[in-house]
Amino acid sequence: MTYISFRGIDFRYGPRSPLIIRGLDLELRRGELFMLVGPSGCGKTTVLNILAGFEEPSAGEVLVDGQSVRGPQRDRIVIFQEPDSLYPWLTALENVEFPLRVLGVARSDRRARAEEALRLVGLQGHEGKHPSHLSGGMKQRVQIARALVLDAPILLMDEPFGSLDAQTRIILQDELAQIAERTQRTILFITHDIHEAIFLADRIGVMTAGPESALKKIVDVELPRPRTRGSAAFGELYEHVHQILSEEVRRVLRREDSLL
Amino acid sequence: MTAAKRPGGLRFLGYAASVLVVLGLWQYLSSRAIIPLLFPSPLSTLRVGLTLAGKGQLQADLWASLWRILAGFALGSAAGVTLGVLMGASRHVRWLIEPYMNFLRFLPALAWIPAVMLWMGTGESAKIALLAYTTVFVVALNTMAGVARVPRNQVRAARSFGAARRQIFFLVTIPATVGYMLTGMRLAMGNCFMTVVAAELVASDSGLGYLIFSSRQWMQTELAFVGIFLLGLLGLIADHVFRTTSSWLLWRYESAPLGRPTR
Repeated sequence: MTYISFRGIDFRYGPRSPLIIRGLDLELRRGELFMLVGPSGCGKTTVLNILAGFEEPSAGEVLVDGQSVRGPQRDRIVIFQEPDSLYPWLTALENVEFPLRVLGVARSDRRARAEEALRLVGLQGHEGKHPSHLSGGMKQRVQIARALVLDAPILLMDEPFGSLDAQTRIILQDELAQIAERTQRTILFITHDIHEAIFLADRIGVMTAGPESALKKIVDVELPRPRTRGSAAFGELYEHVHQILSEEVRRVLRREDSLL
Repeated sequence: MTAAKRPGGLRFLGYAASVLVVLGLWQYLSSRAIIPLLFPSPLSTLRVGLTLAGKGQLQADLWASLWRILAGFALGSAAGVTLGVLMGASRHVRWLIEPYMNFLRFLPALAWIPAVMLWMGTGESAKIALLAYTTVFVVALNTMAGVARVPRNQVRAARSFGAARRQIFFLVTIPATVGYMLTGMRLAMGNCFMTVVAAELVASDSGLGYLIFSSRQWMQTELAFVGIFLLGLLGLIADHVFRTTSSWLLWRYESAPLGRPTR
């Protein structure tokens, strides 16, 4: 069942700027984990920002549950690539409490809910620490907990594990897979990493190279969960997605060569 | 671990050695001066200082200057923070105020003394107004820069949580800007110490600036040295108290808080 629809989305930064995205059509189902991959600069983050309500499309519209997107709403929470969205003057617990404070939830209630969200991401015992005292992976977990505490049905994840080391990334991927299964959120996840996409996704959308990029193909990931990264089926799917994506990456490289 | 081996103890020893060397050098040079009256020694300066303190005059001058600095600094900081926040938050306010601010901030308080004396007389309010003037632009510019540098994702996150503009302003923009406000205030405090002397030189019968200026009339160079020394010491203490108090009260808002200070 379609939950989120991008209909004929064009995007440019200003009236005289080049078109970044042309005619993007995409439908996301309720409760699915949709991974968006594509060459650098193709506008993946822009797609996420349009759904978040941070950017307005130049043409077309985005619908969430049949309602047109008009600015940010608390049913769509973004988890940013860099943890600079955390408030450094607040502790981990206070950061997670922040959305509830905005909502006017009573202190005792919001504290209990924030503690529960931190426990869900494995951060019990670190509630009183400020972001400057947390590792990169822990900061991203705080961001995830902050998104979960609101019970928002949609999570928008913009390469949240992109700046982490390989080991931490794998651990957080495992945790996210479990959280997604448990909480049944609809997740749009941007990544460069095909392994990550296959490990987490219900479906993978591959975007064409920019400018004027669009959705090239959607690949269904029908591997059983929990998934094993080294399985033969995983490898086959990796080759398939890699082939689609590498054509676009080569296009980018050819264009860059011609500019030199 | 002995005091000398501790980093803090070592630093104190370094400071003490530096002060002793400078005092020794000062004593030596004053003893070699052709006219000792023009270059009094630290010991004769201390004697004059103690005499003045015994009469209570030194404390009165010290308090007069300190009160003016505190009043002008507080008024200027409050105005500077308000202006800076408004200019940072609204480009319309910025367009209205920025040209005047960029013009006035290059005019030293000294240039305004005659005009302010004509408008406000030679009373306390004139001196406090000059000190507030010297504070306001530094604080406003730093605060405005802070507001402009609030990380975009912090604001975007708050928006996606459904925060209203007022909530974003009070829960994100202001806390994220506190560090910039404090830096501006600390810089402005230095300006206040410079301006208080100028204001008291021209239009006062009390304060450390007046003390320095009056030494010329009685050919008592020691008086000038007492005033200069006390002013510097007062500045040093004021800066230390400001830094300690602000980091005690507002440690959360430092760029990378390390936890509540324990002392």
